[in-house]
Amino acid sequence: MMRADYLLSQLDVLEAESIHVMREVASEFERPVLLFSGGKDSIVMLALAERAFAPARIPFPVMHIDTGHNFDDVIDFRDRRLAEAGARLIVASVQESIDSGRVAEETGRWASRNRLQTTTLLDAITGHRFDAVFGGGRRDEEKARAKERVFSFRDEFGQWDPKNQRPELWNLYNTRINRDEHLRVFPISNWTELDVWDYIAREKLEIPSIYFAHTRPVFERDGILLADGPFMSRGNDEPVFEASVRYRTVGDMTCTGAVESTASTVAEVIAEVSVTRVTERGQTRADDRASEAAMEDRKREGYF
Amino acid sequence: MDILRFATAGSVDDGKSTLIGRLLYDSKAIFEDQLASVEKTSRDRGENYTNLALLTDGLRAEREQGITIDVAYRYFATPKRKFIIADTPGHIQYTRNMVTGASTADLAVVLVDARHGLTEQSRRHAFLATLLRVPHLVLAVNKMDLVDYDAAAFERIAEEFSVFATKLEIGDLTFIPISALHGDNVVQRSPNMPWHDGPSLLHHLEHVHIASDRNLIDVRFPVQYVIRPHEATDPALHDYRGYAGQVAGGVLKQGDEVMHLPSGLTTTVERIDTSNGPIEEAFPPMSVTLVLADDLDISRGDLICRPHNQPSSSQDIEAMVCWMTEARQLTRGSRLVVKHTTRTVKAIVRDLQYRLDVNTLHRDETADGLRLNDIGRVSLRTTQPLFHDPYGRNRQMGGLILIDEATNATVGAGMITEAH
Repeated sequence: MMRADYLLSQLDVLEAESIHVMREVASEFERPVLLFSGGKDSIVMLALAERAFAPARIPFPVMHIDTGHNFDDVIDFRDRRLAEAGARLIVASVQESIDSGRVAEETGRWASRNRLQTTTLLDAITGHRFDAVFGGGRRDEEKARAKERVFSFRDEFGQWDPKNQRPELWNLYNTRINRDEHLRVFPISNWTELDVWDYIAREKLEIPSIYFAHTRPVFERDGILLADGPFMSRGNDEPVFEASVRYRTVGDMTCTGAVESTASTVAEVIAEVSVTRVTERGQTRADDRASEAAMEDRKREGYF
Repeated sequence: MDILRFATAGSVDDGKSTLIGRLLYDSKAIFEDQLASVEKTSRDRGENYTNLALLTDGLRAEREQGITIDVAYRYFATPKRKFIIADTPGHIQYTRNMVTGASTADLAVVLVDARHGLTEQSRRHAFLATLLRVPHLVLAVNKMDLVDYDAAAFERIAEEFSVFATKLEIGDLTFIPISALHGDNVVQRSPNMPWHDGPSLLHHLEHVHIASDRNLIDVRFPVQYVIRPHEATDPALHDYRGYAGQVAGGVLKQGDEVMHLPSGLTTTVERIDTSNGPIEEAFPPMSVTLVLADDLDISRGDLICRPHNQPSSSQDIEAMVCWMTEARQLTRGSRLVVKHTTRTVKAIVRDLQYRLDVNTLHRDETADGLRLNDIGRVSLRTTQPLFHDPYGRNRQMGGLILIDEATNATVGAGMITEAH
């Protein structure tokens, strides 16, 4: 903080804005919930929530939409970190959605549980009667997200209507909804990938080890390095090789790619991120490559 | 490194998308996969150039119809500053979107085509920027390459705008001749225009002084949330009661005598808590938690200020209102919900004094309603007093939104003009 002339650094301003958003939700909603994947954005979100309400505990539960296709390290990390924060964890399981016939497992080479998560998420929101759902989405991630509000309205079907969004002025957020509707709230909308890393470094936040370079058996598909594992339907034309990789995002194993890297500390990751010329979703998310409007389509249906 | 938020205003033909594309590209904020995707789409559409506008058109309908529907936010950084661009479309629902984008902007860039000079639209853009009290305005005269980098063409437009600007309250006005297409005066000063002795656009964005744009004089702390750790096992926390909020004005110091509104009772600031422990001073836009010496009955929607510097408190509010919906009109007698700082109240429209023609600034006192994108002077009566300052003195304390009680839509934005 540059105190002399009352200047604040960009991280201070972003943090203040995000905390304001979280407190606004805690004030105006009865049943908020914070989505947590164990990825770096949700790690920052959890840290911001702790800071927003300290010395009290976070006044809402934390929910993990569990595809069952997890990196081991991430689940351990999740449980340890939430216990530390004293936050209540709700796990909504895609496997249960499959078992109960709500969704059908995809088959074939491109099979993924990524899209199935939407049903699990919407069922959990309805079941728990959540009225505000915090997500760690950022506007720099993807061009449909660049146009989404911080407080983003969802109708009773969980749908997003990009052409009918509420104007958002100053720091005044319209939080009014009817029964069965909800708002998705994105407190770190204005953060970039680099801001997230800078904040992790500055606040010394713990992150799962898969964010650092490690040796892992991978194979290449459509230019993306995917981890070889039991959930993957790998073709014979997709040979496995060992590589030093790290993850830029954490999602379902079947559609989250790794990048080649030797970065073993946060500072080294920041150095790599600073010079990268490819977006994190473009480099690592097979789900966004389906079509130009892949994210927009999933968001309309109720995706994160 | 600090943050500069700026809004860009101009139609597609003024080269706004090209300018944004260039700023993003030259500052390496456009990534290879984004560029590749835009190049592919340009090719698929049979365009023989890379259409940088596609970088900012995110939604399917926008790409299909070649229009921009909504405010998009873009991010880039240089070693000096982080920038947030509110990119507002040039045509459909223009006023509504520009008002939205300008509400948080430190600076507005209004683009003018050097060949056509000032248009009705450029006057409107400049007016809206000043109505929203954007502290810094840049008139970027674009397409200088198409007028042979002629100094006289630039000066003619700058002069004409200066005359118009005397009718507006513009804090800081800068003129820059540019060619977004060729990059003249965008990042680097242009060798094609040696007669221009000012900075490039990016240099101006990096160096414009914004720290003193905030109100650091009038202490204003709208109480947002009360922190009480109920189940605290630590006895020190058992009686903890903190008032959380974002500082809207002034510099709050530990030990300050402060007044609580509406009660009018005074107490002192015992401690200012933040995520990194207690601090001595809090100022905008910090989110902090105040611990006060006395146990007062304080809740969300209340305000903390200094005893000898209080905001106005009134149920009668005068505001310039921008109407943002086509679903209904604002008329005398309209009932609405008002959200102002952390307080939400009901209100009735007592009077519509006039509708303002944003192109001519003519006041139509015979108007009986405000339609989508109209701006007018409105008198509101609220169910509870609002603690407010004029918008021109403090944007946070003078801005309000209007909500339709039946549909829950945000239907208007208001800038409080004066207190009764």
